[in-house]
Parts: sequence; structure tokens; C-alpha cells
Amino acid sequence: MPSKHSVGVSMPVKKYVHFADLNARQRARQLLDEGSFHELLGPFDRLMSPWLTQQDIVSQSDDGVVIAQGCIDGKPTVIAAIEGGFQGGSLGEVAGAKIAGALELALEDNLAGIPTAAVLILETGGVRLQEANLGLAAIAEIQSAIVALREHQPVIGIITGPVGCFGGMSIAAGLCSYLLMTREGRLGLNGPQVIEQEAGIEEYNAQDKPFIWGISGGLQRYQTGFVDACTGEDLDAVREAVITVRQQGIPEHHRSDRWEHFLALLHTLDPAETMDAAVAKAMLTRTSAEDDTATGAQS
Amino acid sequence: MNTFTLTLSAQERASSALLTPTQVGCVASGDLEVMVEPHRHPASEQAVINIQSSGSSSAERWTHIFQLISQQQPLPPMRMDIHDFAATPGVVRLRIEQALEMAQSSMTQPSVNQPNTPQEGPDHAI
Repeated sequence: MPSKHSVGVSMPVKKYVHFADLNARQRARQLLDEGSFHELLGPFDRLMSPWLTQQDIVSQSDDGVVIAQGCIDGKPTVIAAIEGGFQGGSLGEVAGAKIAGALELALEDNLAGIPTAAVLILETGGVRLQEANLGLAAIAEIQSAIVALREHQPVIGIITGPVGCFGGMSIAAGLCSYLLMTREGRLGLNGPQVIEQEAGIEEYNAQDKPFIWGISGGLQRYQTGFVDACTGEDLDAVREAVITVRQQGIPEHHRSDRWEHFLALLHTLDPAETMDAAVAKAMLTRTSAEDDTATGAQS
Repeated sequence: MNTFTLTLSAQERASSALLTPTQVGCVASGDLEVMVEPHRHPASEQAVINIQSSGSSSAERWTHIFQLISQQQPLPPMRMDIHDFAATPGVVRLRIEQALEMAQSSMTQPSVNQPNTPQEGPDHAI
């Protein structure tokens, strides 16, 4: 029987690639099938923020967002990757419009019979404060586009990297068909420093890393049902997780359809009680039977 | 923020048309973005460098950096854009040299048909 491998060609040793160490463009390129990466509105299109320069802030040629078309596991995919290093991955008018546009492009594909899915690599603090309402409007457009596209093909969010995913983009993450996180990732509406500033350091110490990751880190978010998988940190693990959830197709119930369940859990929260990771986990993993009791007690 | 344009006479006779458009780095704390591309008009023999820099850097400082670089390697005729976010002179030199090397090397062409070749894309970090 002839060997499948040609003689004399040694297979290359698979290199460990830490996904979070890659920049946004590398993350998009490496997640896509080899050679299929095709960037849209790249650096040399110079679609930059018109607002940062007016505020004396150096802008970036791609406004911190990389949009690429390609294939994952042979299937058409559009990727939007946010560069956490540039302005904390914050989204202004241009960056936000690029992501919304990419999702709308995928929707057009689907309406034309091409089953294009979307992957969002979310390392972002949310709205870029220097662009205020334009950033807010852009994030609203992203959220609408996610909701429109997820009826046709999965929208898969990945949260990794030192910045985490916060602000309006944490809501966008919650709208995704599937949400993946690495342990290092963090997900929350308000960032730890904002909470510390509002609640006081005794209540919430943003420097206390075990505490912060205990509350908003990938493992806790997975154990409490906010994400579908807490993956390993390496590129292959992330890529495998994307392929796995994509094969599951459109979920029967989107996480955001379960808002009543989560709201009922929130109603059981006693603000007088000091929250730590264990208390938060216990509260968020109560079964639905307990929910009913809790909701009943509230009403 | 300061903006400068330096126009240096290129030391290399080669046409800038041979350059591959290349982007490296990021406008992140202590880092910078460097973009290199050929001139729209191939006849131009100058290295035109557009710089946006945060903080209080001066045109003299940037001229000095390019003098040091051009002692190591001749500058090709090109358009270069720099978006600097308070990078140290060491990081600035590394990024500029990285961009020039990649723009002038055929390695920047992603090898589609050779899956075993490492992909040294234009975005490859140091």
C-alpha cells in the first residue's frame, strides 16, 4: 500500500503559538485557513479616525480594527479583530463602522446563498471616549448586525488578551451565537478600575488579580454560563473551539434570549453582602427551580 | 502631538517600485507603527517620511535617527509613514529597520502554495 506521505519530506514540528501574544492582524491571519487571509480596508487604505488627530492624539492606519475574509475549516468566514494595544481596543466611528460593515457583508453573502459566518476577536474597553456618541452609535450598529446575521450563520466571539472585553462591547459579546474565552480573558460591563473608582477600593480592588479574574475571568464566566467554552491559550485550541462551535450551527436558543433567567438571578443579589468569586458563582449557578422561588419571593 | 515631514535623498538607485507595501508595529504605549510603500510616481528618488509623534519629540531627533539608520543601510526611494506613541529611540530604530528589511525582501509575499514555509507576513512582530 503506498504511503500517504512522500518519502524524504519530514513533517514540520507544530509550534506552540500563544494566541493572546499575537497582534490583531496575526490573530485574524492565523485563525483562518493557511493562505486564505484577505484583508479588507487594510492599513494602506488609511481609513483613520478623523477625531483623534483633532484632539492631538496619534492615530493608527487601520483605526485599530482588522477586517479579513477567508475560510475556517474550508468554510467562508469574515473576521473582525480589535487591536487591544491601540487606545485600549476602544471603538470610535471608523473602527466601529468597519466591524458593523464586515457583519453586514456576511449578511449580504447569506442572503445571496453564501453561508458566511463571522468571528469577532474582542479585546476592547468599549466606546472610545474621545469619539463619544459616534462610538456609541457604532456599537449599536454592531449589535444590530450581530442579531441580524446570527439568524443565518453563527457569530462567534473570542475574548482573550490583557485588555479583556468591557463596556458596550460586552453587550455585543453577549449577543453572539457562541462566545469563547481563554482563562486570561476577562468579561464585564464595567472594567475593574471603573468599579474600584465608583465603589471604593475596600469593595473592589482592581489590583487584586486573583479576585478580579475570580469574578470576571474566563473560567468563572464559563462556570456561570456566560460563555460556551474556556479554551486553552494556544492558537490551535482557540481554532479548534471555533471549528467545534461552528459545526453546531445556529443555536436553538441564543444566550440573550435567556435574559429573564439572568434577570431573575440578579434579583436574588443582596447588595449588602460582600461579593467574592464564590458568592458570585453560587448566585449565578442556581438552578431554574430556585429561580422561580427567588422570583416568587421578590414579587 | 507633533507632525513632521522629512525629505531625504535616497542613497539607493533602485526604483521604489520594487518595494512591497509593509506595515509593522502598533500605536500602543512605547511602540509605533511604521508603513513603507513605493512612491506613486516611480521616478521620485527621495525618501519621504511623514511622522506623527506624541509627546515633545523634535524634527532634529528624527533626522538624527534616520542619519544613524542610513549609515547602516542605504535608504531606498520610498514613502514612509510613522505613527509614534512615545517609543524609545531603540524601539524606533528596530521598527524602522524591520519595516525596511521586510519591504525590500521577497519574504513579505505570503507563500500561498508552500504550506510548510513559515508565513512571515507584513504584520510579523519582532
